[in-house]
Amino acid sequence: MTFIVTAVLVLGITGLVIGLVLYAVSRKFKVEEDPRVASIIDLLPGANCGGCGFPGCAAFAEACVKSESMDGLKCSACKKEVMQQVAAIAGHTVELGVEKIAVVKCSGSCENRPKTGVYDGASSCAAAALMNGGDTGCFWGCLGCGDCVKACKFDAIKMDPETGLPVVDQEKCTACGACVKACPRSVIELRNRNKMDRRVYVSCVNKDKGPVAKKACAVACIGCGKCVKACAFEAITLENNLAYIDTDKCRLCRKCVDECPQHSILAVNFPLRKEKSEPTDNN
Amino acid sequence: MNTFTIGGVHPEPNKLTADKKIETLGLPKQAVFPLSQHIGAPAVPCVQKGDTVRVGTRIAEPGGFMSASIHSSVSGKVAKIDTVVDASGLRKPAIFIDVEGDEWEPSIDRTDTLLLQNNLSREEIIEKIKNSGVVGMGGACFPTHVKLSPPKDCMIDTLIINAVECEPYLTADHRLMLEHPDEIIVGIKLILKVLGIDHAVIGVETNKQDAIELMNSKLSMVSGIEVMPLKMKYPQGGEKQLIEAVTGRQVPPPPALPANVGCVVQNVGTVYAIYEAVMKNKPLIERIVTVTGKSVKNPCNLKVRMGTPVSQLLEYAGGMPEDTGKLISGGPMMGRPLLDETALVVKGTSGILMIPESEAARREERNCIRCAKCVQACPMGLEPYLLATASESGDWECAEENWIMSCIECGCCQSTCPSRRPLLDWVRLAKNRVGGMIRARNAKN
Amino acid sequence: MHCGDTIERNMRWVVWALMPALIASFFVFGVGALIVTATSVLSCLFFEWFITRFILKRPSTLGDLSATITGILLAFNLPSNIPLFMIVVGALVAIGIGKMAFGGLGNNPFNPALVGRVFLLISFPAKMTSWPVPAGIAASYIDAETGATPLNLIGQIAGGNTAAADQLPSLANLFIGNTGGCIGEVSALVLLIGLVVLLCAKVITWHIPVSILSTVAVLTGLMWLINPVLYVNPLYHLCSGGLMLGAIFMATDYVTSPMTPKGMVWYGIGIGFLTVIIRYFGSYPEGMSFAILIMNAVVPLINNWCKPKRFGEAAK
Repeated sequence: MTFIVTAVLVLGITGLVIGLVLYAVSRKFKVEEDPRVASIIDLLPGANCGGCGFPGCAAFAEACVKSESMDGLKCSACKKEVMQQVAAIAGHTVELGVEKIAVVKCSGSCENRPKTGVYDGASSCAAAALMNGGDTGCFWGCLGCGDCVKACKFDAIKMDPETGLPVVDQEKCTACGACVKACPRSVIELRNRNKMDRRVYVSCVNKDKGPVAKKACAVACIGCGKCVKACAFEAITLENNLAYIDTDKCRLCRKCVDECPQHSILAVNFPLRKEKSEPTDNN
Repeated sequence: MNTFTIGGVHPEPNKLTADKKIETLGLPKQAVFPLSQHIGAPAVPCVQKGDTVRVGTRIAEPGGFMSASIHSSVSGKVAKIDTVVDASGLRKPAIFIDVEGDEWEPSIDRTDTLLLQNNLSREEIIEKIKNSGVVGMGGACFPTHVKLSPPKDCMIDTLIINAVECEPYLTADHRLMLEHPDEIIVGIKLILKVLGIDHAVIGVETNKQDAIELMNSKLSMVSGIEVMPLKMKYPQGGEKQLIEAVTGRQVPPPPALPANVGCVVQNVGTVYAIYEAVMKNKPLIERIVTVTGKSVKNPCNLKVRMGTPVSQLLEYAGGMPEDTGKLISGGPMMGRPLLDETALVVKGTSGILMIPESEAARREERNCIRCAKCVQACPMGLEPYLLATASESGDWECAEENWIMSCIECGCCQSTCPSRRPLLDWVRLAKNRVGGMIRARNAKN
Repeated sequence: MHCGDTIERNMRWVVWALMPALIASFFVFGVGALIVTATSVLSCLFFEWFITRFILKRPSTLGDLSATITGILLAFNLPSNIPLFMIVVGALVAIGIGKMAFGGLGNNPFNPALVGRVFLLISFPAKMTSWPVPAGIAASYIDAETGATPLNLIGQIAGGNTAAADQLPSLANLFIGNTGGCIGEVSALVLLIGLVVLLCAKVITWHIPVSILSTVAVLTGLMWLINPVLYVNPLYHLCSGGLMLGAIFMATDYVTSPMTPKGMVWYGIGIGFLTVIIRYFGSYPEGMSFAILIMNAVVPLINNWCKPKRFGEAAK
């Protein structure tokens, strides 16, 4: 009997002493944290993608609470409503801009852009971009090693095994911009989501002169300027043999799409038109 | 026998063209001169479309201190100044010249007479080298006039002539020593004069016994210049490895230079170019290129005008073999793959190598089994497996802490990896990024 | 350009280097040695195939021979009369937990064969520590006669039973392998032949085996000099138990050993030291497996501390 009593006593007293020590230490070294930070962290996605410019979600939450206003503070991975909640907790108001989405501006699939060599080095776009101009005639477009896929914290980009090009999942993409930073060729751009996720964009980044670009890729922008003339809203500019549609000015009229002789301007998520076939890129 | 102490590998030498005399390749129809054929700022064109040029006419001027001029290797008309796909596969500006006849600048001495004496001053020699567009012919293409003007606070005591040619297959330097030993010795004396020292060592690997003997017999009457046979090991031709092999001194990690340990290293091809530039007034318009490969019909050493398309060299060597898997500019260890045979011979083209498909294809990459063979092979005492992993995960700080900037990109690690990991590709990437980080940091301070 | 080296080539040389030991053990323990080794190899191969095919759904890695080696090494660490089911369990632990759970070849922190062996040692201590006496090629697998091994005796002597010294086999017998013990560890001679093969084929470097063996020799030598009655001649230690097998084949396992020469020497010294400590002061007569596993755990730290000699470092 004494045996059991001793055991209980020894364990009980040890536990009590340790508990007291722990309590004392935790009181002594308590870190005062704004409770708002914790509640903001709960709202944030927790992917630590770095799209906000801070090292992680916790750092962003702290910045929200500390700063005077929400200027320059935006979690692109959050929905509008979530951002408003965050601002409310931090005691600020927030004006939200248009929602964006990552767009891959290259249609150089194996069919459109024939291979001229074999790249068998490390499977990284960054390494391939250093090594040489890539394994196709186009030295501007997608290298297809999937650095953007690896960079995406939201599982929103996948490589299409048939085209060898990345495809953005428009449901999952949060426009955090990680893929934009990861792409050594600057093929990916953040563009406005627009109504119904409709987008019109030049799916090419080739700045070579027309004939050179055309030879390298069947759907390359040749810088002919027809789209510039077709646009009624001055949304299209031509620079370095490459057309660019300003995402804020574009009114989604799709005149340029019909005008482009190279079919390098894509319109996605529009209802199917009878005379026009479905665009190849369906993101 | 001397060699460097850390790491190194022993690739098969495959010197197929060691006995082949240097032959002269005919003129191209059109010669193309990319404006960056050297390390540093690109050259600036000083001719315009439609201008007539002669062989040896300067067509581009240095774009800065660290830069080199470019001379036309042919006579004819400037067709255009446009972009061309260079060896790195990117579009770079270049001067295109349509060849008409073969008319040389009258100042160039085209005879074979050996000129021994000159009474030029140190500065005049450097000026001549600079005006002739001479760059390091070993492959790095470092402007020679910059290298011959070491920082004032460094006491130079040894000139090392790099005749190691440790890359398998290549024999351009070997043939040059056999066929132009006297010119090389005059060139060495010129460099010694520039540096104001009287001691030069020619480092040669023992697989070039004939060249060692020939140079020794030529040097029996000359004091101050010696030939040092070196034990065969790759990458002995690396500047830092060669300095250690010859003098036993180790160059500290970057940004230290060979001059910090009292050495200046010049490739034997550069020495010959210096001789021609200073004594014969002939700018760097030709170079010796080894065209080789196991299944090449007629492997050869060719004297080629700069700007000649590689296809013409291949034609001379009996065409590109059908089983070719990779076309490489340079040696098999450090050379760069070419996209196609439209590439051009530039100042740094030491060889054109055709590797059969069976040897060229990289095998499937496997897990690192931590066998440490890369660590044993690395001549700089680095841990390639660690650097590659750091690069793969984007941990640039880890790469920097582990001395990544010391890497000389010799490819020993990659060639020795039983798991066939592309170690060098990753290390190059990390080196590029870390280099950028360091530059950004220095710019801030 | 590649030198042509492959994982397979290295592994194949290890298998060849292990063959003399297998043949020797056949002559010492009879057919039991072959049965145990075959079972172990086959079950390792089976589990490797099963796990890659059905659990990881990756291409098969049987071809790299690493499972074969794990199988041979596991068998070499077992007595020749061990029941077959135990071998299968050991193989499952070795491959499944020791290797595949960490992501396959290259990612395992511990030597898989030793993980299997230690698992068996702790689970079935009786069977794992009763070794058959050498009975020659005709020995039967089922009812082999068991007896004390030299290491048992060394332990007894150190414990004060100096009379056990009379039972110790002669050094020559120990060196050739005419003693009791696990399958692969009986003959120091054939294991040394294996070492020569591995060194000649440039599969391993000398650092690890030499540093382990010399550490053990120095430590046991010191103790022997202090008290030759209690502590035996260091040569007995070198030639007995799993020391040779461990130093040559187990500690040198690529995946679980350090990357730099300096690190390898420290790792070897650590293994040698721990082996002697466990042999003399631990409750198990053999300390090699534990010593290697403990040092395996320290390898990442060794890799962090022992950097290779950088070019130009001294001049800095």
